[in-house]
Amino acid sequence: MRFIAPLVVFAIIAAFLYSGLSRDPREVPSPLIGKAAPEFTLPVLHAEGQQFSTSQMQGRVWLLNIWATWCAACRVEHPLLVDLARSQRVEIVGLNYKDDSTLARQWLKDLGDPYITTAVDADGRVGIDWGFYGAPETFVIDKAGVVRHKHIGPVSPKDLTETILPLVESLQETPG
Amino acid sequence: MMLRWLVLIGFLISALPVMGQTMFAEYPFDTEQQKRDFKSLTAQLRCLVCQNQNIADSNAPLAQDLRREIHDMLSSGESRQDVVDFMVERYGEFVLYKPVISMKTLALWFGPALFFLGGLYVIWNMARRRPVANVAEPDRQSMAEARRLLDETDAHDSR
Repeated sequence: MRFIAPLVVFAIIAAFLYSGLSRDPREVPSPLIGKAAPEFTLPVLHAEGQQFSTSQMQGRVWLLNIWATWCAACRVEHPLLVDLARSQRVEIVGLNYKDDSTLARQWLKDLGDPYITTAVDADGRVGIDWGFYGAPETFVIDKAGVVRHKHIGPVSPKDLTETILPLVESLQETPG
Repeated sequence: MMLRWLVLIGFLISALPVMGQTMFAEYPFDTEQQKRDFKSLTAQLRCLVCQNQNIADSNAPLAQDLRREIHDMLSSGESRQDVVDFMVERYGEFVLYKPVISMKTLALWFGPALFFLGGLYVIWNMARRRPVANVAEPDRQSMAEARRLLDETDAHDSR
């Protein structure tokens, strides 16, 4: 009998520690989920003088992918994005974060351009509004302009088929 | 060898005030109050890139940008709470080194006190259960023996 209390305490502590093993401290839950996507209007990478505005995406389900040429993990996920764009299941907008535009254009020329358009966030202010901190990040935005999902780090094929695409499809089916 | 280390450490310590200064050289403020707010805010907000550093200490590009952002907000007259709200809106409550008290953070705030009280209870229980040492009255014979020994030492000392 006298061992029960310490055993229970031990079990509780062990359960907490065990659950901590498989959690990633870098995955901070985004406070943006379920809220209106932060609006921005920024110059477009490919067209001098042209602007992209989030309001252009109203009524469509889209992904925002924040990337940069200095980000190694972005290179990892890039082929997947190119494939996704080719499948035409969802539109992806690129946000080129604190980057050299010449390098960025070269990167898209070399590796393929999955983005319907790429906005240039030269000083990183828009990135701050989106709570961006771990390149790359991918957001799912619904027809009403609400952020539905945030993926931190490179998107894997599993993330895409199990989380992002099912969500995108269900959002596309709901009338907005 | 020892002296060399001491000199090195001395140099490093003398550099500390200079390091503190550079941040304000980078971000000048109009009033002392803004300067103080900036110092305390950047100290208590977490940098999400290197999660165990605050925004004041981190050299991550994001921390630099956030220092600039906080500087601009304070300079344009926004309050400390405005800055905190701005950060929480974007990065969540995780950025606060001192989390707000809510249902989710109850265990965090009061868990340690609970553990402390639990520990006190265990100690109190153990102390209560320990058998009290048997201190029976000494019998007449051992008292006499003790008296004799004491007298003997007294005689010895006075000699």
